[in-house]
Amino acid sequence: MHEFIQYILSYLGNETQTPGAAGNIFWATVYILLVFVGLSVAVICMNWLERKILAHMQVRLGPMRVGPHGLLQPIADALKLLLKEDIIPAEADAIVFWVAPFIVVLAAFTVFVVVPFGPTHAITDMNIGILFMLGVSSLSVLGIVTAGWASNSHYPLIGALRSSAQMVSYEVAMGLAVVTAIMMTSLGTEGGTLSMIGIVQAQQAQGVWFIFKFFPLGLIAFAIFAIAMVAETNRAPFDLPEAESELTAGFHTEYSGFRWSLFFLAEYSAMIAVSSIAVTLWLGGWLRPFPNTLTGPTWDLVFSLFPGITFLFLAAMCFYSTARMPKHPLFRIQTIGLAGFGVVLAGIGLILFIPGVRVRIVDIFWFSAKVAGFMYLYIWYRGTFPRYRFDQLMKVGWKILLPTGLTLMILTAVVGMRAELWAQVQEVLHR
Amino acid sequence: MNPPVATPFFFYLLAATMIIGGILVITRKNAVHSALALITTLLAQAGLYLMLYAPFVAGVQIILYAGGIMVLFLFVIMLISIERAQKERQFNKQWLIGIVAAAALGGLFIAVYTTTTKGRVLFPEGRMSYGESDNTQRIATLLFDLHSGTYMFAFEIASLLLLVAIIGAVVMAKKRI
Repeated sequence: MHEFIQYILSYLGNETQTPGAAGNIFWATVYILLVFVGLSVAVICMNWLERKILAHMQVRLGPMRVGPHGLLQPIADALKLLLKEDIIPAEADAIVFWVAPFIVVLAAFTVFVVVPFGPTHAITDMNIGILFMLGVSSLSVLGIVTAGWASNSHYPLIGALRSSAQMVSYEVAMGLAVVTAIMMTSLGTEGGTLSMIGIVQAQQAQGVWFIFKFFPLGLIAFAIFAIAMVAETNRAPFDLPEAESELTAGFHTEYSGFRWSLFFLAEYSAMIAVSSIAVTLWLGGWLRPFPNTLTGPTWDLVFSLFPGITFLFLAAMCFYSTARMPKHPLFRIQTIGLAGFGVVLAGIGLILFIPGVRVRIVDIFWFSAKVAGFMYLYIWYRGTFPRYRFDQLMKVGWKILLPTGLTLMILTAVVGMRAELWAQVQEVLHR
Repeated sequence: MNPPVATPFFFYLLAATMIIGGILVITRKNAVHSALALITTLLAQAGLYLMLYAPFVAGVQIILYAGGIMVLFLFVIMLISIERAQKERQFNKQWLIGIVAAAALGGLFIAVYTTTTKGRVLFPEGRMSYGESDNTQRIATLLFDLHSGTYMFAFEIASLLLLVAIIGAVVMAKKRI
């Protein structure tokens, strides 16, 4: 028992290593559980936010009945899905049908092993970090394809075919954009790296987010990635595999209840995963805005107050809505509930102001805030863009994104090595 | 150096997964099941690469084989009528040659493992210690470095071969380009 406590305590105070790198199994497990719980909460929040934001974009109210402003709607939905009958079609390939959702969920959650929420706030750091993320997330297409095939029905099969063609096509452009960013990491003094933490540290060392590096090369690479990642996650305007107007629900038409909810969970966590790749590669990961120009303890203090202020702002919104709730007795429980939720948010905000908590949480906050920006963009795309036709999809992927990505890669290499190239030219001229 | 994380248990687990997967690939009548078994085999192989302190090779294995090539395989196989394929009698007319080839390969492995030249076994006894943390960088140096890069030419020729294959496929598939 004593040794076990010693083992747990040995990692505390380790400010330079992730639990995986330190080889501490206990804290690695704790981190895994934290990431899992955080991710599930984020998916629940996204479910509610997407419905509300989409509704407001279309001048509707969205869910209003379950809880104040529909806040409890995701919980009601989850209950409904778990209680629903889980149907396996008679003609379906039972084993493959059963396995497919688990492949998708496994692929979507496993990538979070290397996501760097902070310099030490990652489960582990791998030498092949970004490669691991791309590889494992590319496995999710297998789950989608097998799900579509195993349903033994026309709509799912067409959805699966579309999905496999789409994902394989956009993976190429995505990979080229990633290579561009990785080449930028090699320009510092440290040498290139594929490790997720190493990539952010390279941006810190070079003093620039890669989106602004070699302007506009970094920006274009980021744009290619931002388009390809929407296609990779099967979201609007690239949601052809599940186009509801053409294919009912695409590859998961035959799924119901718990298994369908697994697909839902996987889709949203895959969205968070690719957004965190984009944040890590181009937007400086956990680094706060302007880490180089606004330096000094004062600015550090100001930026570390943001997490608490955000939660206090959310709490204030809750109290404002509480005051605006209808005064009818039927709404009393909802009003009390909303006020209670506001109190909880304010409590979290106040806890985040404690200096010891503040310095540990600030990197996680900035990372999550950037990812949240991407999640909002996803909803925005869905609200504004019409769906691509399949030939347009292929045209964009192969004829626009791929050549641009290739050109960009070569240009980045040339600009990055310009001093060495110039030296070579001089040598040839003087010979 | 840290003690190896990968114990013999993992080797036997992965090797058993690979062998069972390999057997399933050739015994399943349903082509999609075969493809899924092949994917399992390839993933287990990636695990073996990890055990050999080659994380880069393992990552590339997952991206290219499991995530890329096998998806295209499934894409084609899914369109085959499974009912007809199920009824067809499976045949194997090359079992004799197959046994001879397998026996020859097995004999070669045993020979490599047991032969001694000048008192030294060909198969190294001890475990070589490769740096896991800079595996990617070492592969890059081996491929592209100006002074120690010896495989640059072979690497580029191999990619040229693939390019020729792609162009050939396009030319054969389309009458008019």
